[in-house]
Amino acid sequence: MTHFIRAIGRYGLSFLEELGRMGQFLLHAGYALLRQPGRPVHVLKQISFIGAKSLFVIVLTAAFTGMVLGLQGYYTLAKFGSEGLLGTAVALSLIRELGPVLSALMVTGRAGSAITAEIGIMRISEQIDALETMALDPFKYLVSPKFIAAMLSVPLLCAIFDVVGIYGGWLVGVKLLGVNPGAYFGEMYRSVLWKDIWSGMVKSYSFGVIIAWIGCYKGYYAGHGAEGVSKATTESVVLTSVLILVWDYFLTSILL
Amino acid sequence: MIELVNLHKSFGSQAVLNGLDLSVPTGKTTAVIGPSGEGKSVMLKHMIGLLTPDQGDVLVDGASILGLRRTELNRVREKFAMVFQNAALFDSMTVYENVAFPLEEKTSFSRDEINARVETALREVGLKEVNRKYPDELSGGMKKRVGLARALLLEPQIVLFDEPTTGLDPVIRRAIHQLIKETQAKFGFTAVIVSHDIPDIFEVAHHVAMLYRGEILQFGTPEEIQGSDHPVVRQFITGSLDGPINSGAA
Repeated sequence: MTHFIRAIGRYGLSFLEELGRMGQFLLHAGYALLRQPGRPVHVLKQISFIGAKSLFVIVLTAAFTGMVLGLQGYYTLAKFGSEGLLGTAVALSLIRELGPVLSALMVTGRAGSAITAEIGIMRISEQIDALETMALDPFKYLVSPKFIAAMLSVPLLCAIFDVVGIYGGWLVGVKLLGVNPGAYFGEMYRSVLWKDIWSGMVKSYSFGVIIAWIGCYKGYYAGHGAEGVSKATTESVVLTSVLILVWDYFLTSILL
Repeated sequence: MIELVNLHKSFGSQAVLNGLDLSVPTGKTTAVIGPSGEGKSVMLKHMIGLLTPDQGDVLVDGASILGLRRTELNRVREKFAMVFQNAALFDSMTVYENVAFPLEEKTSFSRDEINARVETALREVGLKEVNRKYPDELSGGMKKRVGLARALLLEPQIVLFDEPTTGLDPVIRRAIHQLIKETQAKFGFTAVIVSHDIPDIFEVAHHVAMLYRGEILQFGTPEEIQGSDHPVVRQFITGSLDGPINSGAA
């Protein structure tokens, strides 16, 4: 019995220690971001990697998400004779919820895992130690540019996701199922408020912080060898995805 | 001058350093020898503040580096350069970018001046036409040379070498040792070399320290160490299978 209680205590302590370290890492990253944001060339390189190179997967996912919403929405609304509200349903679902969450999950899978792997490999091959011995702060070279890039790219990718998704819904609803195109866009303009767009952007911006935070943190403290990096990468993707969904709930309840 | 005073360090339940004391003479080459896994690299990382001891002190030029803020520690690190066991080159950068990196980040030299200095540094370590290659396209010996070129570029006062010749063939090993000896004589920096290379290291070092079970067992000139009658030192430098290192009786 005492073994069991000790094991729980040990687990609890290590969990709290990990939480503390994560918090400390975020504070250090925020401080580094203000004090030494990194050279523009490093930031641009990261924007290209996290943002531009995620564009294809975002457009593809957005198109099919919008098309599915168009299909599902049409059959649901048709039961009430409200097919004209399809544009509103698709746009609000995308702008308020699906756009920020799905685009963030896609970026997590594509770029978040790569951030962890890159920093993790630099950790185990002593490249981070090499930076330290040159009296250079690894946060300036590795962490700050990724934070800035994620905070800029994820909201922009979310905006692209929303627009492409809306046209995906339009393709299915208007072109395939015969919804009136005027009603599709007209109802959308009437129903979607700036507040909806703003709340989606706030979510997306905070998801960008989460992706950079967990991606960098897990890589920075990766364990030993290839196994350590692979474990860190998996943990990074899982933890980022879970945190995005949990944070989404809390943010929605605040922003509604 | 680097001084390690009563240094203790454990990882989990495993004690690696057990009250280690060492004073590294300024402007000379000190080799730290000892069996694998005895804490030589851990000791080296304490000197530059990459690791913090559980107990004891690390003094650089008479001042403790423990508890310094990052900016203060970085000021101390400006005096240092380190050549890592696996060179620790930035693998997403070319050889040129690796060597130019410290100059680009820490000086305001023009592009032409950086080019000239990188060219000279690579030539001094015997490398030609590798500027555009990536680290994974280089042999082990070439990587170590690039690491050395990168380390020496900012003319440090102290250079730490972590097993600079591990995994190299005897010819390249000797060439790297010769290179270290020549550059140390030319620039006059304080060098600390962690090595297993017996007897080559005796030709390179001015002083040798034998590290065993987390402490310095003996410190002296290469001649003194070679003539030592301590059973552990004798067994280590002769490479004998019989002795206290295997039986654990020392």
